[in-house]
Amino acid sequence: MNQYLRSLSATEQVGAMFLFVFGCLCVASVVLLVRSLRENGNDTEGDARRQSLVHANGLLRSSWLMVIVFWIGWLSGELGATVLFGLVSFFALREFMTLSPTRRGDHRSLVLAFFVILPVQYTLVGTRHFDLFTVFIPVYVFLAIPVVSALANDPQRFLERNAKLQWGIMVCIYGMSHVPALLLLDFPAYVDRGAFLVLFLALVVQTCMLVQHLATRRLRRAPVAAAISSSFNWASWGIGVGVASLLGGLLAGITPFKPGQALAMALVASIAGSFGHLVMKAIKRDRGIPNWGNQGEGVTGAGGLLDRVDALCFAAPVFFHSVRWYFDL
Amino acid sequence: MRAKLMGFFLLGLIRLLTGAQARWYGCPPKAEQRIYFANHQSHADLLLIWAALPQVLRTLTRPIAARDYWTRTPLRSWITSAVFNAIYVSRDRTADQDPLEPLVDALSRGDSIILFPEGTRGHAEEPQAFKAGLYNLALKFPQVVLVPAWINNVQRVMPKGEVVPVPVLCSVTFGAPVALREGEERQDFLARARQAVVALRDV
Repeated sequence: MNQYLRSLSATEQVGAMFLFVFGCLCVASVVLLVRSLRENGNDTEGDARRQSLVHANGLLRSSWLMVIVFWIGWLSGELGATVLFGLVSFFALREFMTLSPTRRGDHRSLVLAFFVILPVQYTLVGTRHFDLFTVFIPVYVFLAIPVVSALANDPQRFLERNAKLQWGIMVCIYGMSHVPALLLLDFPAYVDRGAFLVLFLALVVQTCMLVQHLATRRLRRAPVAAAISSSFNWASWGIGVGVASLLGGLLAGITPFKPGQALAMALVASIAGSFGHLVMKAIKRDRGIPNWGNQGEGVTGAGGLLDRVDALCFAAPVFFHSVRWYFDL
Repeated sequence: MRAKLMGFFLLGLIRLLTGAQARWYGCPPKAEQRIYFANHQSHADLLLIWAALPQVLRTLTRPIAARDYWTRTPLRSWITSAVFNAIYVSRDRTADQDPLEPLVDALSRGDSIILFPEGTRGHAEEPQAFKAGLYNLALKFPQVVLVPAWINNVQRVMPKGEVVPVPVLCSVTFGAPVALREGEERQDFLARARQAVVALRDV
């Protein structure tokens, strides 16, 4: 099996990987379908089962969506992937800005963020100008945005408004744009296999979040920062990060890393991702909402896009930079 | 054909920029004759409530557009007449013409309409007092269902004097119908209708 997989070309390997992931999702969908057919009583236990089914369905739906997005991104090549993740950035930033009250004076800065900074950042990714890409937002944009805001002649809460705008840009544009950057990163002897690197990152980060969530439900420890997150505690955080790093080490075969390196990279990514999720939770608490998306929870009951990708937005830049620095690319 | 394409384009644009989410709380979307009345903060209100309605209702429902603003350029008047099938109302009152006349015409033909009872755009948090038009229409057409709606966030998409819109999620919340009670005073009814709109803000 292993020999056979190694003999395939890069494209065939990535195709096989997607086949495998789609297969897993199909199995999960069938399992959930069968479970939904089962009779649930009208007692509290039945209600709890129904509730957990709804929750699992939501999770599965977003997993399908995410995998399909990755798949289309890979199919459509460099340009397609860049445009696709650009759109994800756009929608995430739209959610972020909706729930951060801005004043009339911020209008021009917002136009700049959506219609100038976002396309420029993704163009830099698509054309592989990685040196400019890594400093464009932290250096140039963060100095340019306050200038535009100051010219709007509105001193009220100036620092706070600018901070919000810069956070939105940092998470939704800068963080997200590192995912297609991983796709385009050129390792020697690892050509055209960027999709594996993205899969590695996404799997590690999602596993960390999932294991942490499950561990929290089992352990029931006191939360560290109860005002921000009712679930975050060090024990389950450690379990989540540990399991995710081990998984990363096991997945070394699909990456250009050796097992030890893969373990370390997974550790870095899952720490960044899990803390990023906590930070986004703090921002949500500040705004007094349970979820991003239209007015917290919309009619559909689904959370926002940003809820699904926030950990990835924090993990991607850290992962990207440590990979580039370590391998001197 | 061109109007249809323009309609698709505008719908796509509005959804991309604002999401144009409809939230039906007090009544389902239903093809009966209705007057939707909402708060008014931006010229884009008209577009948003149009986009938030389901396809079937959109073709049955005619928005009301201020004649002086929406006919100023050929493009604006083409969009409002060919794409939205809007009813023009003049805001400057002349003695010889009843401003409600075009609305009465449309309602007697069986169309649903979208009405902004404040008359002009407000800039405060709360909507201004409602004008008498809604009461008069309710009196004249007792069979028409009056549906309150709250349009959220639109003023942030394009503040006055700006040219480029900014993407911000907006929603339209539709509430339970309000009916004119037997012998209800005009002021009481208008205040009650306004309250029904304001109450939807926090749903």
